[in-house]
Amino acid sequence: MTIPSLISLSGIERVFQLGDSEVHALRTLNLSIAAGEYVAVMGPSGSGKSTLLNLLGLLDRPDAGTYRLEGKDVTTLSPEEQARVRSERIGFVFQSFHLVPRLTAAENIALPMTLAGIAPAERSKRVEQALKDYGLANRADHRPDQLSGGQRQRVAIARATIMQPAVILADEPTGNLDRATGEEVMHLLEGLNAQGVTLIVVTHDGALGSRAQRQLLMEDGSLKSDSVAG
Amino acid sequence: MRTPDLIRFARDAATGNPLRSGLLVLAMAIGVAAVVILTALGDGARRYVMNEFSSLGSNLVIVLPGRSQTGGFNPGNAITSTPRDLTVDDAQALLRAPAVKNVAPLAVGTSEISVGGRLREVMIAGTTAEYTQVRKLELAQGRFLASGDWRRGASEAVIGAKVRTEMFGNAPALGQLVRVGDRRFRIVGVLATSGQGLSLNTDELVFVPVSLAQAMFNSNTLFRILIEATGRETIEPAKAQVTEIIKLRHEGEEDVTVITQDAVLATFDKLLGTLTLAVAGIAAISLAVAGILVMNVMLVSVTQRTGEIGLLKALGATGATIRNSFLTEAAMLSLAGAALGYLLGQAGAALIRHLYPTFPAFPPDWAVLAGLFTALFTGILFGVLPARRAARLEPVQALSKR
Ligand SMILES: Nc1ncnc2c1ncn2[C@@H]1O[C@H](COP(=O)(O)OP(=O)(O)OP(=O)(O)O)[C@@H](O)[C@H]1O
Ligand SMILES: [Mg+2]
Repeated sequence: MTIPSLISLSGIERVFQLGDSEVHALRTLNLSIAAGEYVAVMGPSGSGKSTLLNLLGLLDRPDAGTYRLEGKDVTTLSPEEQARVRSERIGFVFQSFHLVPRLTAAENIALPMTLAGIAPAERSKRVEQALKDYGLANRADHRPDQLSGGQRQRVAIARATIMQPAVILADEPTGNLDRATGEEVMHLLEGLNAQGVTLIVVTHDGALGSRAQRQLLMEDGSLKSDSVAG
Repeated sequence: MRTPDLIRFARDAATGNPLRSGLLVLAMAIGVAAVVILTALGDGARRYVMNEFSSLGSNLVIVLPGRSQTGGFNPGNAITSTPRDLTVDDAQALLRAPAVKNVAPLAVGTSEISVGGRLREVMIAGTTAEYTQVRKLELAQGRFLASGDWRRGASEAVIGAKVRTEMFGNAPALGQLVRVGDRRFRIVGVLATSGQGLSLNTDELVFVPVSLAQAMFNSNTLFRILIEATGRETIEPAKAQVTEIIKLRHEGEEDVTVITQDAVLATFDKLLGTLTLAVAGIAAISLAVAGILVMNVMLVSVTQRTGEIGLLKALGATGATIRNSFLTEAAMLSLAGAALGYLLGQAGAALIRHLYPTFPAFPPDWAVLAGLFTALFTGILFGVLPARRAARLEPVQALSKR
């Protein structure tokens, strides 16, 4: 192991309290992902895939264990510092797109930069480029409800990449799309991976999962298998 | 997040839900409009009364017989139960005081006035030529009583506007002879309508020379001595000098009360100022209610926008950014409400002035400023709790809740 891993989890536990019973969403999870990898996370419903992804995205905190991102322990960071890491290092793509309905496509794409306080001139330059890259140039002023599902997810991907993150976390990005559109979206994500961005995709779809170099199979909160496609 | 971005974001969030925002703006507007209109009414009442009293005459000092009870216990008063009368000589002596410009004695009584078979009971005011100066009276016709020796007056009378219409109708009154009591007077002047409700109404008075009035009432006492000081700043010196002169003339006993119009005015000013303040306070309650509404509406907004808050956090928004955006929204809505309320309030006050032209219903500046400030303050204050709640939401829970 000469390359320092981008993500390194050790002994991660996540327990949800549901009334009297405890749900072990993640149990003593050890995992390491190198920069530039393309990882598919698969497994049955309720196996902890989304929980894992939320932890990786610093949207959730583990109950035990440490999470190192780029060699730095991020579990002990303050909420404000975690927000900064999310802003600069992590891009999210969600199954249900999660666009802000009152903002236009361009504004949605610009949102992470707006939140980060980047100057308007720089913002519009990058947004313009992103709109072109994702084939949305003539949809810039459309609101999400005026866009098709595929266009919405392209906006979401553009938004996830606009801050040039080190890792993109996608939770069932094609779950709400038909096969052809889903294919298109996966192509975009894989293209980003080809440029060096680490890509972690949660999916139910075995066919989609097998396109990744590495497949993680989750079951009942544990890693059941970790296979690298050869 | 940059300030212009923050403002635009908050504005879009506010306009994104017009019903909610409209309701909030309306509540704020009603609160501020209530403050503006109610204080306009309160302060209008104060101004109205002030104007009425000012029209009594400026720099007025009034001498009344008898010691006012507010002076505390005075052994001299205890012995002489009946104070000495005020006389025309007393009045004339006051002219010696350097701070006094004009003196007008006033004797008052009732009598009957008759002309051409019409008979009417009237108030007779016996005074001198100086009375018009002191009281700033205006004549509609003719002149006031002639100046000259106070002890000898010509048989002339000046009548109030109402007496004129009742006794003469449309016929000319000037130069006519009237009988007052058992004397005959020639009418030399008619006073202009005063139309005032608060002061002794000159419309119903008949003015005759003080000497004749005293002869008519068979008494040499005065009801009042009215004094005009030389200037506003000499009112107090005039009061002191007048008191001193009367005291000397009454064997060292201070058996008169000297009041200044300023004192009366100040009392009313204070009274009605307090009233305005109280009214403003009541109106401010509606602002507090509006503030609670702000809180309620913003809390609902936080709940409705939980998913959005989670998303913003996922995209790197800090708690502070979320909090500021909600606070900015609350402040903007409050500000819009305050501005709208200000316009509504001013329009309402203008309407009152239009309907009652004599009533100066202008909201005082302090009330307008306080109203606007309170609106903004409550808006932000009651916005803090929802904003903090939004800022503290766990991103993952916020995201999953839709
Ligand atoms: N906030 C929560 N409170 C309680 N239990 C939770 C919570 N979030 C997840 N869980 C539980 O944790 C387990 C893992 O959930 P998770 O969402 O990670 O599953 P998943 O693998 O993503 O499933 P799916 O494929 O259906 O999306 C489940 O049993 C779920 O009920
Ligand atoms: Mg899931």
